[in-house]
Amino acid sequence: MPPLLQLDRVTIRFGGLTAVSEVSATVEPGELVGLIGPNGAGKTTVFNLITGVYAATAGDIRFDGQPIDGLKPYAITRRGIARTFQNIRLFPSLTVFDNVRVAFHLHLAHDAVHSLTRGPKFFEEEARLREQTRELLGIFQLERVQDEPARSLPYGDQRRLEIIRALATRPKLLLLDEPAAGMNPAEKVELMRLIQFIQEKFQLAILLVEHDMKVVMGVCRRIHVLEYGRKIAEGTPEAIRANPAVIAAYLGTEAATPRHA
Amino acid sequence: MLPRSQLWLLGALATAGAASAVSGRINPYFLDVALGVAINVILAVSLNLINGFTGQFSLGHAGFMAVGAYTAAMITTTLASRLGWPPVALRWGLFPVALLAGGLFAAVAGLAVGAPSLRLKGDYLAIVTLGFGEIIKVVLQNVKAVGAASGLYGIPSYTNLFWTLSGAAVTVYVVWGLLNSTFGRGFLAVADDEVAAEAMGLNTTRYKINAFVVGSFFAGIAGGLYAHLKGYISPTGFDFNKSIEIVVMVILGGMGRHVGVIVAAILLTVVQEPLRKLGDWRMILYALLLIGLMLARPQGLFSWSLRKPRTAAS
Repeated sequence: MPPLLQLDRVTIRFGGLTAVSEVSATVEPGELVGLIGPNGAGKTTVFNLITGVYAATAGDIRFDGQPIDGLKPYAITRRGIARTFQNIRLFPSLTVFDNVRVAFHLHLAHDAVHSLTRGPKFFEEEARLREQTRELLGIFQLERVQDEPARSLPYGDQRRLEIIRALATRPKLLLLDEPAAGMNPAEKVELMRLIQFIQEKFQLAILLVEHDMKVVMGVCRRIHVLEYGRKIAEGTPEAIRANPAVIAAYLGTEAATPRHA
Repeated sequence: MLPRSQLWLLGALATAGAASAVSGRINPYFLDVALGVAINVILAVSLNLINGFTGQFSLGHAGFMAVGAYTAAMITTTLASRLGWPPVALRWGLFPVALLAGGLFAAVAGLAVGAPSLRLKGDYLAIVTLGFGEIIKVVLQNVKAVGAASGLYGIPSYTNLFWTLSGAAVTVYVVWGLLNSTFGRGFLAVADDEVAAEAMGLNTTRYKINAFVVGSFFAGIAGGLYAHLKGYISPTGFDFNKSIEIVVMVILGGMGRHVGVIVAAILLTVVQEPLRKLGDWRMILYALLLIGLMLARPQGLFSWSLRKPRTAAS
């Protein structure tokens, strides 16, 4: 069986800057994979390449065996890749409820015409979607604020809402860009537990970008490490923790070499 | 049993019919103002779909209105005498067909302008639509078949309370209905954050074009009603000032508010009557009003709804 997601020597240049250089990586179906690296290593750029925000300068991106590079973001979401954003991009003026509801878009039976004719089928589908929306909101106990505009939510809830919204597109692969950013350690542990729960419940593959090594090590069985746009390591948390290149990338070369050699 | 929204529409159409039936007893001056009010409601509500709900700042609404006005007027003026129908048949048979044709032509123009230019954002889109409005005006000024600069005369006065009120009711229903569904929430999502909307699987370009085409269609209908109300149209009647007038209604009502924009359209049309003496000075008053409003109440005068205002689309 081919991997769910396969990056093959993917490169993107912005003018003279090579932001991502020959990165190859895979994500298997149902796998929780970490993507780590210091600031500016190109983690978010890799996400933007996978989701069609940028087109790769060179290399090949395949999802479910099909090339997806060059497709528009909405077309890639249709194939089954959903994402969250590092800097939270909810629909701020829409209610919490509508933020999730609108993400069912790909699976709607009704369109503009049905919105005007408003037949029995239209109302049946809307009732079904309301039920499903509430169900998803329930994962993070957000039903209690469902009628608030999304912008009024506290920061942590906005991050949680973004994950729920991504789930509404019914993805096979979920890309989470620093979902625990700005959370305290206890919240992070709670979030990671929920991410594992979601992964099992929805049978998802998840690719997780995270700064906090502890968080990633706790939930991911396999980790890719980027530095300066290049992949410098891949392996189990234990292997990554012991990898001199990774230690050097995070702590500097001093720490990687014995001090009194 | 029909859904409540459709019962509302039927009720509104019945009211339009009843009002039209007694319109002979209404003071002609007030009747004229009422007809103008309904036409402006159509214009403001349809522009609100584009500028308010979908967040695409268009300054070309008068251009689409012109396309509808000229199309409908050309159809009725050339066909009315040739068909040899009695006046009743013309008003209730030919006129709606001409109005629809005007709406469709305007929608096609909306598609032609929208498809290439909706990739632009904010100010750039505003400038392109502004340019489009001017192009329409200049083309009309130079085509002899439609009267060139002197305009079209002798357009039969088919517009009555029934057609204008029904037009307004249908516009309100369509815009409200489009937005009040899971599909329709996509328009608001596009206005809020295009990148996120794309990431959720929404084809944002298609949403914007939908809004543009539907908005232009109703601008075209309003144009046809206007032409058959005034009996005379000229290119200068659909200039930049007219577009601004409609934009002011939308902003004053609160971009992306249903009721506020209708109230603003009514209010601004009525207020114009006593200001008529001022002539072109009126536009200065408009500009001052807009500046004052942006400073004091950027969310619009009539946004009482609980939802906090969306920041004005730039």
